[in-house]
Amino acid sequence: MATRSLLTLGPVLFNWPVDQWRDFYARMADEAPLDVVYLGEVVCSKRAPFFEDAIPDVIERLTAAGKRVVLASPILVTTDRERKAVRDLVEAGELEVEANDLGAVAQLAGKPHAVGPFVNVYNEATLGWLASRGATSVSLGAEMPAASVASLTQEATRLGVETEVQVFGRVPLAISARCYHARVHGLHKDGCQFVCGQDLDGLGVETLDDQPFLAVNGLQTMSHTYLCLAAEIAELQRLGVGRFRLSPHTVDMVRVAKGFRAVLDGERAGGDLAAELAGLVTDAPLANGFFHDAAGAAYIGSHERMTA
Amino acid sequence: MAFELICPAGTPAALRAAVDAGADAVYCGFRDETNARNFPGLNFSREELGEAVRYAHARDRKVFVAINTYPTAGNLAPWHKAVDDAARLGADAVILADLGLLDYAARKHPSLRLHLSVQASAANAEAVTLFRDAFGVQRVVLPRVLTVADIKGLTAETGVEVEVFVFGGLCPMAEGRCSLSSYATGLSPNKQGVCSPASHVRYEPRGNELISRLGDFTINVFGADEPAGYPTLCKGRFAAQGADAGYLFEEPTSLNALQLLPELKKAGVHALKIEGRQRGKAYIASVVQTYRKALDAFERNGKVPNVDLDAVVEGARETAGAYQKSWR
Repeated sequence: MATRSLLTLGPVLFNWPVDQWRDFYARMADEAPLDVVYLGEVVCSKRAPFFEDAIPDVIERLTAAGKRVVLASPILVTTDRERKAVRDLVEAGELEVEANDLGAVAQLAGKPHAVGPFVNVYNEATLGWLASRGATSVSLGAEMPAASVASLTQEATRLGVETEVQVFGRVPLAISARCYHARVHGLHKDGCQFVCGQDLDGLGVETLDDQPFLAVNGLQTMSHTYLCLAAEIAELQRLGVGRFRLSPHTVDMVRVAKGFRAVLDGERAGGDLAAELAGLVTDAPLANGFFHDAAGAAYIGSHERMTA
Repeated sequence: MAFELICPAGTPAALRAAVDAGADAVYCGFRDETNARNFPGLNFSREELGEAVRYAHARDRKVFVAINTYPTAGNLAPWHKAVDDAARLGADAVILADLGLLDYAARKHPSLRLHLSVQASAANAEAVTLFRDAFGVQRVVLPRVLTVADIKGLTAETGVEVEVFVFGGLCPMAEGRCSLSSYATGLSPNKQGVCSPASHVRYEPRGNELISRLGDFTINVFGADEPAGYPTLCKGRFAAQGADAGYLFEEPTSLNALQLLPELKKAGVHALKIEGRQRGKAYIASVVQTYRKALDAFERNGKVPNVDLDAVVEGARETAGAYQKSWR
């Protein structure tokens, strides 16, 4: 492979205080070896106004630091106000847009654009169709097993499209019109009091047997575990995957990014980084089950992979 | 125009029951991973579908074939064959979700009527228009994330026939965008056509209690006097940190939008859909008959009659779900 693997940063999925959000991106701009940064409130349109004023500065800061900024469109778009927000994003036209719902896919036809992990791309026919309408990269959903990543990437490479795989962070598992954060607090979405802002990495959900299971993030339900494909980087590179996506958390993301950059550059063993991340992420175990065609919550170690 | 009543069938017997009870159209799937109700003992062989189409057409009713999972990368053939066979056997429409498969169907079978599955989760006018313009989709089954007001705007803007779920099991998550089942079991609605699959379900007695588990996770615990429900992941009892345990995502309720018929009519809805391809023929006959009577009465005088569906409603509780904003 001649091209250099790109390290990318997905949008902050949580409702962080705007100052913390701005500081986070300043640090990412200055210290993290990232190539592409996806920016935008994708989970809940009610949160978007908090960040609106800060976005231009953050774009400028990231761009000045040599990062390519892509604006991510929302996952679930139903109301007229949400539809207008997508329309504005597409029509602004200055920065590339990542489509995260089919309405955005529709409006981006004919323009070079990214397809995000919330658009269902399960096979090469769909990938080819999206490419024919201007998709230049496709971020695969976390549910995708290695065999699908391989087939999709093979077709993408043939078409000059890059595939991206999430390699770090809690996995988005579902989106709803109902706000579970509000529901936990006995509230409704309309009067939510922005209680999602209390949980900067999501609100842990346990089974009745006290086993950690999921994490709630407003309208979104996520994995309790943090996805980690550090030990799979070499395999992903061999398959031709071009982009490696980190999903932001409150852990030291500069350290996470530097770790992945070193593994991508062949300067460090993936298993070594996985071990470091297992220590760094203190609130949950790591998982990689989806990639190995197992339950997503599972972590399949290298020994089990070799004997499987 | 009167509402079209669209009813589920997991078996040929259920299909005949639905037709006899007054379904305008019945939807069903082939016995494999190409449809989103890929459960053991359910669905239709090619021969059975051919017979089902003849049975329905002889009575002037329709059969729609759901091919609404997402074809697996590197293995598109079973999905292509399902579309080809549905067309060959005389299906009145195929219900699809995947962009690539819609593209295939539109090019290979230009006269085959295409419906967009709820699994495609087309939740706004721009998305629906995309499917209309790119593939000639004539009807969209809307995801259960929209209010009646949202639906009204969408029907007016797109001109595409709109079909909505009115009765049966309720997904609290946007359909086709949910990996909860595969997070716990490795098997998902989108890929294998199964949610919370029976192969991964265990019931374990513990003292006086019964534990229901899915994969490695406890989904619910039932007391001695409680009926034990099936452990569908999003209908389980969980505890968020710092809060009491409860039905965090959704109670074990059934959707019943019967009372919303006047509003759905005003919103321009074309067809009403009953969920439940996994249900037996007695249930199907009962629900379809009840809905048929209610619809006929409503079309006559514009009033929603009082009907009794309590016996078949899950946990004997009903909700109008996302159609009403308070659900959110």
